[in-house]
Amino acid sequence: MRLEMLGIIVGMAVVTFLTRFGAQALFRQIGLPAWFDRWLKHVPTGILTALIVPPLLLPRGTLDLTMGNDYLLAGLLAALIAYQFRNTALTMVLGLTTVVLLRWLAV
Amino acid sequence: MNAVKQIPGLRVSPEFWRGMYDSLPVLLGVIPFGITYGVVGLAVGLTPGETLLMSLLVFAGAAQFICTSMIGLGIVDFSLIVFTTLLINLRHLLMGASLTPFVGGLPLRRQALLAFGMADETYAVTMDHIQKSGYNESYQLGSNSAGYAIWSLSTLAGIFLGRYIPDPLAWGLDFAMPATFLAMLIPRLANRISVIVCLVAAVVAVLSALYLPGKWYIIIACIGGSLIGGLLEGDEQNAA
Repeated sequence: MRLEMLGIIVGMAVVTFLTRFGAQALFRQIGLPAWFDRWLKHVPTGILTALIVPPLLLPRGTLDLTMGNDYLLAGLLAALIAYQFRNTALTMVLGLTTVVLLRWLAV
Repeated sequence: MNAVKQIPGLRVSPEFWRGMYDSLPVLLGVIPFGITYGVVGLAVGLTPGETLLMSLLVFAGAAQFICTSMIGLGIVDFSLIVFTTLLINLRHLLMGASLTPFVGGLPLRRQALLAFGMADETYAVTMDHIQKSGYNESYQLGSNSAGYAIWSLSTLAGIFLGRYIPDPLAWGLDFAMPATFLAMLIPRLANRISVIVCLVAAVVAVLSALYLPGKWYIIIACIGGSLIGGLLEGDEQNAA
């Protein structure tokens, strides 16, 4: 363990913790304004969408809306399964199986 | 040890295990990233101890990947790496803020502990549980613990077994994340405003992923979508 690297790692850890706790620490002091609460209610939907859509539509960094995009096909199927069964584990297993099958079939 | 046992509400409850268990599907997708991070850490010249310590202390995949790549490029500069980490993790501010209504009343130390373990995956699992059954501290702690354990163990696997494992990111396991998140997103689209939030975030995410570097698309898309949601809701309340 080098001292310089230890310093960098601790620095990264401190700022990462500040991003995780900073907003909460602030609201402990000043309270949560009502208009802000209305906004924050939609953060989970926004974050989930932002985490889902680019990996499906841009699996290699460029927009790929073709049948050759395994992630998009499996994503559409997973969305149908999720809508129909409302089951997280089932959606994950069937979606993952689809990706693996498409990848094997393509090989 | 006695002090730990005496903290009320932190005894291992069924909700803790439930939180761990519910996190497993999405965390399956974390394993290939943890293994790859372990491999990359050694490849850029970090020692096994440094590679593992970063996972244990920082516990943030995207930042760890980008910063180890910088180290690989010879950029061993404290302020540059720490500032980059801050930028990559800015989305946590929004996520942490949106948990405030549920954790704001907890004692400071417990709230801080829960904040330390908040990652994209554990945040999504916790929010999903809140929507279905309300907030539970033990549940969130269980989810966080599962995320922390899997990230640390898969980093270890990458460090010690990496050279025997063919490229983990080519397995397709990374699809576990978007698939699980889809199952969490769809029940949220139960009203007009949520659908609009989702559509706006989707369009902004794609455009900013195309034209902006790194992970900026996540925070920009989330701010865009949720801000419009908040504004629309304000309008409806005024009209009513």
